[in-house]
Amino acid sequence: MKSAVVQLPGLNRDRDMIAALTKIGGKPPVTVWQTETEIPAGVDLIVIPGGFSYGDYLRCGAIAARMPVMQAIKAKADAGVKVLGVCNGFQILLEAGMLPGALMRNASLKFVCREIRLEVANAETAFTSAYAKGQILRCPVAHHDGNYFADADTMAKIEGNGQVVFRYAEGTNPNGSMNDIAGVINEKGNVLGMMPHPENLIESAHGGSDGRGLFASALDVIAA
Amino acid sequence: MDAFEEEHMIKARVTVTLKNGVLDPQGKAIEGALGSLGFDGVGHVRQGKVFDLELQTADKAKAEAELKDMCEKLLANTVIENYTIALA
Repeated sequence: MKSAVVQLPGLNRDRDMIAALTKIGGKPPVTVWQTETEIPAGVDLIVIPGGFSYGDYLRCGAIAARMPVMQAIKAKADAGVKVLGVCNGFQILLEAGMLPGALMRNASLKFVCREIRLEVANAETAFTSAYAKGQILRCPVAHHDGNYFADADTMAKIEGNGQVVFRYAEGTNPNGSMNDIAGVINEKGNVLGMMPHPENLIESAHGGSDGRGLFASALDVIAA
Repeated sequence: MDAFEEEHMIKARVTVTLKNGVLDPQGKAIEGALGSLGFDGVGHVRQGKVFDLELQTADKAKAEAELKDMCEKLLANTVIENYTIALA
C-alpha cells in the first residue's frame, strides 16, 4: 500500500504523520507539495496532517483548501482513493467541501491540548476495521477550533448513514462538538476527517499504541 | 491613482456573519465582557467579519456578480455563515 502526505505552509504535524505511516506501513510515504496538480500514480492513501496552514487566516483550513493540490486530491477521492485528514487536515477537508459540516472555535474559547477518550462509533469503515464498535481508545487532541457543527438536516443524515466514525467518550468532549462528534466520513466511505491525533499514540515511547489500529486499517496491514 | 483609474474602480464592503442557530462562543464571551464593564441589557452579541475590497471595473452588475462568487468560493463558509455585499 502506497501512501502520500500533503505538505503546506504552516502544517507542522507532517513529520509525526510520516513517522506513523513509515513505522506501521513498512515504507515511507511520498510527500506532495501544495502546488502540485497531480498525486503520484499508485497512491492508495492520501493524508493531510495537522498544523496551522496559512496561520489559520480567514478560517482554519480555508486558504489551504483552495490550493491546487486539493483539486488533485478531490479527483483521487472521486476515483475511490482513501483520504485522511487529521486536525487541521480535517478542517481543510471540510473547507474543501469534501466532508459535511464545519468546525468552529472551541466552546471554552481555549486551545485544548490533552488526552481524551475516543469511542469507535463505526468500525465498518476502511479506517476503523481493526477496532470494534463501541471500543474506547486513548487519543491526544491539540486544537483551538474543533467544535463540530452541522445543520439539523445534515446531522440527521450523517447520523442515519453511520458517517459519524468517532465520538468523544462520555465526559471527555473537549470542545463542545455537537453529538460529541470527533470524526466523520463521507457518504462513499473513503474520506475521513478527525480532530484527535492517532499518529501521536502508536508506540510505547508515546505511552500507548491505541492509534495504530487506524493506520493498520487504512494501510491494510492488520495483523492476523 | 489617477482620475481615470478612480472612475473605473468600485469599492465594496462584504460583511460575513454567523447564521442564526450557529453557536458563537466568541460573541458570548464578548457579551459577558460587556456585562462586566457595566453595560446592562446587552444581548445576542454575534461576532462577524468585514472585508473592504477595490475592484478595477466600472460595471456595477459585473462587480456584484464577481463579489457574490468570491463570497461563495472563499470569503464565507456558507455552511455556517451568511454574507452581504454593499457597493460604495
